[in-house]
Amino acid sequence: MKKLLIGNEAIALGLYHGGLGLVSSYPGTPSTEITEFLSKFDDIHSEWAPNEKVATEVAFGASLAGFRSACAMKHVGLNVAADPLFTLSYTGVTGGMVVCVADDPAMHSSQNEQDSRHYAIAAKVPMLEPSDSVEAYAFARSAFDLSERFDTPVLFRSCTRMAHSQALVELGEREEKAPKEYVKQPQKYIMAPANAIRRHPFVEQRMKDIAEYAEDCPYNRVETADSDIGIITCGTAYLYVKEVFGDSVNILKIGMPNPLPEKMIRAFAAKVKKLFVIEELDPVIETQVRAMGIDVTGKELFPMVGEFSQNTIRRAFGMEELPCPEAPQVPGRPPMMCAGCPHRGMFYALAKNKITVLGDIGCYTLGSAPPLTALDSTLCMGASVSGIHGFLAARPEMAGKTVAVIGDSTFMHSGMTGLVNIAYNATNSTVIILDNSITGMTGHQQNPTTGYNIKGDPAAKVDLEALCHALGIRRVRVVDPYDLKMCEEAVKEELAAEEPSVIISRRPCVLLKYVKHNPPLKVDSEKCRSCRRCMGLGCPAISMKGKARIDSTLCVGCGVCGQLCAFDAIG
Amino acid sequence: METTSMMIVGVGGQGSLLASRLLGTLLTDLGYDVKVSEVHGMSQRGGSVVTYVRFGDKVYSPIVTRGECDCMISFEKLEAARYASCLKPGGRVIVNTQEIDPMPVITGNAEYPGDVLESLKAQGVKVEAFDALTPAEEAGSARAVNIVLMGRFAAGFTATKEQWTAAMEKVIKPKLLGVNKIAFEKGWNLNI
Repeated sequence: MKKLLIGNEAIALGLYHGGLGLVSSYPGTPSTEITEFLSKFDDIHSEWAPNEKVATEVAFGASLAGFRSACAMKHVGLNVAADPLFTLSYTGVTGGMVVCVADDPAMHSSQNEQDSRHYAIAAKVPMLEPSDSVEAYAFARSAFDLSERFDTPVLFRSCTRMAHSQALVELGEREEKAPKEYVKQPQKYIMAPANAIRRHPFVEQRMKDIAEYAEDCPYNRVETADSDIGIITCGTAYLYVKEVFGDSVNILKIGMPNPLPEKMIRAFAAKVKKLFVIEELDPVIETQVRAMGIDVTGKELFPMVGEFSQNTIRRAFGMEELPCPEAPQVPGRPPMMCAGCPHRGMFYALAKNKITVLGDIGCYTLGSAPPLTALDSTLCMGASVSGIHGFLAARPEMAGKTVAVIGDSTFMHSGMTGLVNIAYNATNSTVIILDNSITGMTGHQQNPTTGYNIKGDPAAKVDLEALCHALGIRRVRVVDPYDLKMCEEAVKEELAAEEPSVIISRRPCVLLKYVKHNPPLKVDSEKCRSCRRCMGLGCPAISMKGKARIDSTLCVGCGVCGQLCAFDAIG
Repeated sequence: METTSMMIVGVGGQGSLLASRLLGTLLTDLGYDVKVSEVHGMSQRGGSVVTYVRFGDKVYSPIVTRGECDCMISFEKLEAARYASCLKPGGRVIVNTQEIDPMPVITGNAEYPGDVLESLKAQGVKVEAFDALTPAEEAGSARAVNIVLMGRFAAGFTATKEQWTAAMEKVIKPKLLGVNKIAFEKGWNLNI
């Protein structure tokens, strides 16, 4: 049966039909739906782990126990999981293991544009990369066999466009895979120097063996045409090449970007007069082709930045631009915090008091946008908490006007360790945990603070107050971010305190189904003096048309604007 | 047949994902090769969102770029203008005249432009503009704007109402099906 599937569902079904027994992941756009789809199957173990390193190590444990396992993460998540990955390359696997990583060219929802193919080369593991859902299903399904055949974890790369595009996929059935027996193999699995020294030559030989396999494998193929032009391409770039050229040029389609099939590339290059490499982001294939001594054109023509399209290809080959209407100039529409977002009240209190705010990764990064412009930095998961310690160690005089803000899920991911450091190495830091009881930006995934697991079943719930105390912070208090006065008081008092403190700003995400909304508020236009004070919140429900106006379809009655109004015009 | 390119554009939260899935399901049922490209993550938080739907005998690229779009369905007025350069000359736009202020307008740093649709018409774009919010509210939910617009598109497309209904039953939750069927009907019967 053919089914229209987004790339992530195709990957999930491919893994499941390939005999997957366990998946552990941390959510991250554009990888999140892989694990969400897998969680619907009750005959496998699925879970959200606190971070990608844990997820990868959980998958390792299952592989060690003889089960086919997987983990999924976004590109920056692989940075977190790099530690286990590099040594997993040495241990290899028992049950097949697949590490899914989703890159985000054009940074639709990310803080950088890194190219995960470098990890495959650096960690010395094979990588598969499909172009669309059809290949995603086929490649994922066969990835476990590849993993077990060559005793290696397999990196499975996708990108936003692949992950979130639908194509028609012919689906097969699940292959029931009996787990392999557990046998103690200390020389393979205890990576102390004596054993690791023996495993490294194995890794080098393995990559040679896989490179040999790559010459004649289902992932790489040549499409021959009566043309002098040859194009080596990979991932979604292949689709844009086909869109523009159809069957009119020779194409070497690489589905396994590491290791590359050298003989295949040499033979392909020898057949054509002009050779191009067309790949998104970094010149990973191009650099290797050049190192073979082959003359090739690549990043001179094709950008290293952003996402490609058929237009990128047309432009690079000097083709005429398609005629089109001229778009009128219109104001931008950046994403913003929702009406009733519990982060808004705390950000307003911080912005009003001109506090320096080290931020983190999540919906609350939107606090950086006007009119609040409340943030000073956003680096990576957990960097607010670790960062404020360094900032205040360098500038202790700023302790009274600097805070870190981090979400509940991000705090679980890698904020805790930073907080330990604050207590242990003693800076007078103030950390605000924006606890909206869900992993928000990625679309509402459960986490260890929510009390529910991936299937929505009740689970152990981390007690954040007790945890912060246990990590060495004595001053811990909870505030309601819908109460501006309470937020402001807490911030002022904790900043004035002579020791580190944590403020937990607690209210569930307004988009959660169980959250009850109040009736929308109204502006009494007789009382409104158009002072624009309420506009300082940046609430999408409030606009100023002469007088303030509240959009009743958006307003959830959180009441924060009413607390600001000096004329009692909102109620 | 040549590949047909469509775009569904709007504001995050307006239901463009559902509309694109409805269209994708219908086109699959009709036997086309189909590619749909969705937007997830950050831009869904009230930002500008664009979804591409392409169908034909064999479709490669899942995205639509400059001068390629045959028909755009826009859930909001401004958004039709934002993506206008993706249209083919003489392309078609079905647009909800509802105005949703973006943050630069809310904060007073920009004005909501007045004459965007006129400027498109003057360039030969076939603009079908109407208020989709009122019929959606009449159907029972302001959130059904997306399906009213799909109904309008459906009225001029080569699929029967039964085929559309079958596709709706596949992608819309049973609880919400009633409201959406009424909204679809209202869009289908629009007189503009």
